[in-house]
Amino acid sequence: MTPLVSIAGLSVAFSGVPVLRGVDLAIGKGEALGLVGESGSGKSVTWLAALGLLPRHAKVSGSVRLDGREILGAPAAELDQVRGGRVAMIFQDPASALNPVLTIRRQLCEALSLHRDLQGNAVKAEARRLLDLVGIPDAGRRLEAYPHEFSGGQVQRIMIAMALAGNPDLLIADEPTTALDATIQAQILELLSTVRRELGMAMVLISHDLGVVAENCDRVAVMYAGRIVEQAPSNQLFADPVHPYAQGLIGALPPLDGPRRRLTAIPGTVPDPAKMPDGCAFAPRCTLASEPCSRAAPTLAPIADGRAVACIRAEASRRALLGIAAE
Amino acid sequence: MGHYFAIRIGRAALTIVLVVTFAFVVLRLSGDPALMILGPEAPPEVLAAFRKAWGLDDPIWFQYLDYFGAIAKGELGRSMRDGRPAIELVLERIPATLALTLPAFAFKVALGIPAGIYAALHRGSAIDRAVMMTAVAGFTVPSFVLALLLVLVFAVQLGWLPSGGQDSWRHAILPIATLSLGGAAVLARFTRSAMLEVLGQPYIRTASAKGVPWRRVVTSHALPNAAIPTVTILGFMVGTLIAGAVVVESVFAWPGVGRLLVVAVANRDLAVVQCILLLVAMTMVTSNLIVDFLYGFLDPRLRAKGAHA
Repeated sequence: MTPLVSIAGLSVAFSGVPVLRGVDLAIGKGEALGLVGESGSGKSVTWLAALGLLPRHAKVSGSVRLDGREILGAPAAELDQVRGGRVAMIFQDPASALNPVLTIRRQLCEALSLHRDLQGNAVKAEARRLLDLVGIPDAGRRLEAYPHEFSGGQVQRIMIAMALAGNPDLLIADEPTTALDATIQAQILELLSTVRRELGMAMVLISHDLGVVAENCDRVAVMYAGRIVEQAPSNQLFADPVHPYAQGLIGALPPLDGPRRRLTAIPGTVPDPAKMPDGCAFAPRCTLASEPCSRAAPTLAPIADGRAVACIRAEASRRALLGIAAE
Repeated sequence: MGHYFAIRIGRAALTIVLVVTFAFVVLRLSGDPALMILGPEAPPEVLAAFRKAWGLDDPIWFQYLDYFGAIAKGELGRSMRDGRPAIELVLERIPATLALTLPAFAFKVALGIPAGIYAALHRGSAIDRAVMMTAVAGFTVPSFVLALLLVLVFAVQLGWLPSGGQDSWRHAILPIATLSLGGAAVLARFTRSAMLEVLGQPYIRTASAKGVPWRRVVTSHALPNAAIPTVTILGFMVGTLIAGAVVVESVFAWPGVGRLLVVAVANRDLAVVQCILLLVAMTMVTSNLIVDFLYGFLDPRLRAKGAHA
């Protein structure tokens, strides 16, 4: 079965500085994929690049296929059909993501008229239905309001309604709850998973919150310094992370059950994209690094069904996790 | 909403009072109108009679109160030079000034705003750099230098256009060009930075992400937001329509309000100067009020604030 979207060798450089260094990623129809990693690891850039939303001075190469059709560098008119129509995106800071001088109706109906064959009153009726769907009370009246008249959580609901307007096959949620209160976060995530289930839509949830991803995604990809370093089904990644970086991320989470233990931190900091080390980008911070790690960057290789990791010390790392003495 | 504008109108009135007071004080401290108008050789009794006739021998606070009392009755005084009502002298000059400033305003808008938008949309391109260099030049070169430069090239060297006077429409070309170029440069810079600011906002990315074609992102998402700061500078330009051409009118010997002001100040023709300043303050303040109204119209957030104020 061809995946809905498949990304291969996607690279991005901003004025000569590489920020994305060969990303391979595939999303199946209806699948929920989590994309985790620190700020600057390239999670958002991957999708902005895939949809042609980066500023012109960004150099993008590689391949992004939607239903087998290449969309990277596609003509603007074709991309406009894809954006919002096939792949919709919602962003981190809802307060500034809506145009402050246009009413909600204008912004919602714009998306509807671009991607749906609706005329006149049907557009407004559909806009009202979408607001109802995402849980904005009194939708008919609220359509005439401006973004500043809504709370942050409500604006994110409106963003979701707008993303759903084009009946997309894939929704990219770029840190959709980072700017919101904890209670609102849970509501928004709940809303996302409900609409995803009901509409059979695939979703990419970009987050640095591992808990959010674990709860909402079937599969997780971990990014580090512009590359994907590990991919696995969610439950397996959290139970048995293989890449030392993924282990570090999960080791930094407090366990909910079992004995209390000291939380571990990953030593060092993310390398400067302008001064990337040769070989594995994580090697300078990795406790298992050996001499060959600094020679060539490891490629993402399958280790089990549905699992892949980019680490030449994967075996040693797995043993270390399981407490098996190194040979 | 009413309360919001009541405050603004009150503030505008206060501004006018301050401007007029300032002009009143400075003019009376800077020289004796009797000496200026009658000359230093005039006999002392003539000077004394002149001062008495115009009330210049009264205490300054008395003159001040007298002056405001007259304004309240709608009397703006008479010219000390020829005894005609000051307002009449000023009003008959206004058409000549507007004949320069109105077309210049139209050119500023027609040149400056599109140039700024284009430069912002093609940031870093050769055209952007050319527009910005022209804008900086237009911004920094004083208008009298530009005026003289234009005279030198088009009147002296090429002989295409007259260098001064008001005999035909051809006489208006150089003064209008001088006024337009500087203003267009200011407007281009403002528009460009307003557009760049707006184009970097997340809601522009949202519009692109929902599949709005780029041209429509610019026209229906970016421009309405960039209009807000641009209107500020436009309002300022409307405010200078009456007396924004003082230098240019002087260089090109154009008999407008600006030249009247220069002559009246030189002669300490107090009523005329005060009348012009009052008019200038009123146009400035009115255009600022219009800008405030437009803000409310353009930006729903300010509208809401106004309603709650």
